[in-house]
Amino acid sequence: MKTTNEVSIKNEWDIVAARQAGREAAKRLEFGIVDQSRITTAISELARNIYLYALPGKIVIEEIHKNNRNGLRIVAKDKGPGIEDIRKALEDGYTTSGGLGAGVPGVKRLMDEFEIDSAIGVGTEVTAVKWLK
Amino acid sequence: MRIPILKMYDLLLVSIQVELDDISALELQEDLLNKIHETTAKGVVLELTSMEIIDSYIARILGEIVSMAELMGTKVVLTGIQPAVAITLIELGIHLKSANTALDLEKGIEILNDIY
Repeated sequence: MKTTNEVSIKNEWDIVAARQAGREAAKRLEFGIVDQSRITTAISELARNIYLYALPGKIVIEEIHKNNRNGLRIVAKDKGPGIEDIRKALEDGYTTSGGLGAGVPGVKRLMDEFEIDSAIGVGTEVTAVKWLK
Repeated sequence: MRIPILKMYDLLLVSIQVELDDISALELQEDLLNKIHETTAKGVVLELTSMEIIDSYIARILGEIVSMAELMGTKVVLTGIQPAVAITLIELGIHLKSANTALDLEKGIEILNDIY
């Protein structure tokens, strides 16, 4: 069974909606309470990133099953300005508009797999996966 | 959603029991500072036991509340941060070093009473 949930990010409340959808999915997959917190927080960071810098965008939460393992894939897609220097964006404390800093590199630490694909003027897609242990 | 702020003798008590969105967090910041000013409370306990998630933004607001209240002359203690939330915050790279913390509400009140 494949379960996918999509939340469009348009305002602050959508950030809450996205992380609640993430927590529900994590609970459904029986992630432990710490991983639930990691996943929910990662979604919150990604959703806020979209809201602050890259509207319009969405968060896609998808259950994945591979080699007898279950996991949750979070994809943050936006049609924002794109990231010029991805390596720099992954440095702690780096921010282009005096914002949060902790966000993106933090997400990388909270999740098991992490990938960014970005094109200037087109948008950014961040994919993060957490596997059930 | 306005978060209630309770006055208890010369302390203020805030227990966050809802999923805190960004706007409510900012409102709480302003409401609490106004309430400190109004009541001249000597200390504030921010009770966080029910919070299942604290992300970088909410953490920043909490840290700012601590610093702003301190600037006014009032100590804030954060209490009851859940293990999962503590793990996530540190992994995220957020240490909230300037904040006084306590395991629970009782210990938070003790800390404030000890300070003064």
